[in-house]
Amino acid sequence: MIERQDVEHVARLARLAMDEVELERMRQELAGILAYVDRLRQVDTAGVEPTSHAVPLVNVMRDDEVAPGLAPEAALGNAPDRRDGMFRVPRILEDG
Amino acid sequence: MSAPAGAWEVVIGLEVHAQLRTRSKMFCRCSTAFGAPPNSQTCPVCLGLPGVLPVVNRRAVEYAVRTALALGGRVNARCRFARKHYYYPDMPKNFQISQYEEPLAEDAALEIDGPDGAPRRIGIQRLHLEEDVGKLVHEGTLETAAASLVDYNRSGVPLMETVTRPDLRSPEEAAAWLRAFRAVLLYLGVCDGNMEEGSLRCDANVSLRRAGTDPLGTKVEIKNLNSFRNVQRALEFEVRRQAQALDAGERLVQETRLWDADRAATRSMRSKEFAHDYRYFPEPDLPPLDLDPAWLAAIRGDLPELPRARRQRFVEQYGLPAYDADLLTQSRALAEYYETAVRAHANPKALSNWIMSELLRELPGDDEAALARCPVPPAHLAALVRLIDEATISGKIAKDVLVTMLRTGEPPTLIVEREGLVQVADAGALAVLVDEAIAANPRAVEDFRRGKAAAAKALVGAVMKASRGKANPAIVDRLVQEKLSRG
Repeated sequence: MIERQDVEHVARLARLAMDEVELERMRQELAGILAYVDRLRQVDTAGVEPTSHAVPLVNVMRDDEVAPGLAPEAALGNAPDRRDGMFRVPRILEDG
Repeated sequence: MSAPAGAWEVVIGLEVHAQLRTRSKMFCRCSTAFGAPPNSQTCPVCLGLPGVLPVVNRRAVEYAVRTALALGGRVNARCRFARKHYYYPDMPKNFQISQYEEPLAEDAALEIDGPDGAPRRIGIQRLHLEEDVGKLVHEGTLETAAASLVDYNRSGVPLMETVTRPDLRSPEEAAAWLRAFRAVLLYLGVCDGNMEEGSLRCDANVSLRRAGTDPLGTKVEIKNLNSFRNVQRALEFEVRRQAQALDAGERLVQETRLWDADRAATRSMRSKEFAHDYRYFPEPDLPPLDLDPAWLAAIRGDLPELPRARRQRFVEQYGLPAYDADLLTQSRALAEYYETAVRAHANPKALSNWIMSELLRELPGDDEAALARCPVPPAHLAALVRLIDEATISGKIAKDVLVTMLRTGEPPTLIVEREGLVQVADAGALAVLVDEAIAANPRAVEDFRRGKAAAAKALVGAVMKASRGKANPAIVDRLVQEKLSRG
């Protein structure tokens, strides 16, 4: 079962601020997902190789060639703040 | 094994991030060129915009495989990429694509010379591929900054992370290992090794334990070691700090500390809560690798001779002292330079001397680019040494000629001819100069006759000076001796 403090922990890792109502709603939604995963775990998978992909592909690689990307102006298009051609973000370390 | 910190044994492991020398990034085709204007080498993939699909750069995989094989590692032909999650603005996706449970290679090693000269095998636990993050510029210092500026040009540049086993036993040894590792990367051509530009970065884990005991002490990670000197200084500081704390009966905390070169001290980084809760999971956008054995074999077949092997060969093949061989093999470019010169003129020791004492004073021997640009190609240096060996010019004149060669890029023969530097070996012409010197230095002649053999040297010197260094000193010496003895 997922506890409220687990949700708070994950929210903090993702830097998401959540109020009481959101925390409880998220707890219930995550609990539903985990219950579903629990059901999946009951399936007998002995002899089935673990996979991280649904498609049977390996070695998708490309040659080491350069192609033009975005112009700096376009790259900064969504920047909430900028200075000297760079993204400007709030200070990094929290107090204490 | 010595214990520099008294009763404590030092245990060090290194984590090295090497930027692979590819043209394009790890998962997209943006350029990796250093020094471009901020945010001019980005695209939706390396900016972490939604809906993009990363694709692995084959060259980056090849370079990491090449390194792993050169260091005797076990390549995991089947391996995967994983997402490593943390929240920091240098990484726009809030996760870094790395490798976790299935690294590209494991169980490699790199040998260095131990304190007693015997080889020491330093284990490499793992070697994996990942992407670099953006570059942060803080307004003010990290602690006082109100804001940070981010340049994502470096975001997505291929990195190879190499993690050693805790086999290093002193700060000097750690620095020596890093030098040896850098040399291997340069030989393999997989990394330019430029520590100032951040192409090679090092973190260190260090702990102390009671000499002769097994359990490891509390380890501290030190970041920001961007030169060999800083690696050694930071570790020396940290060893002292830990020994003092332990001697005073204090307990150390496991933490990450930052090396501050200006203050010559490490300081604790305010630890971010949950900093190590990375929630790795397999990268769903990248299918696994299952490397073709034929490709791996081809990469193995293409490996160059590595620094230590070459050093050994230089000692055996050219009869060089270990010291010379060590210096000359510090980079592939320098070793090739030397061997090309020796092929042009077979005087291995003289060429080694000229490279070590004259050439390396002008340019760094571990700088491949500087060596490639060197105005004195190996054939010219060989020609210079040949001129000395054939007694066409003296060693003293040769030094002047080299100065001109470095400036103009001309071959030595041309300079010697143009400036009339050919050594005078004509005994008749030299005899005149010797007679003049004897006539001008009656005191020296008298000293010699009273039994001061050294007085002859003054006369030889006078002749050399009169010839502006062009006289053949051996012939002058013989003539002076003859004339003085004859009375």
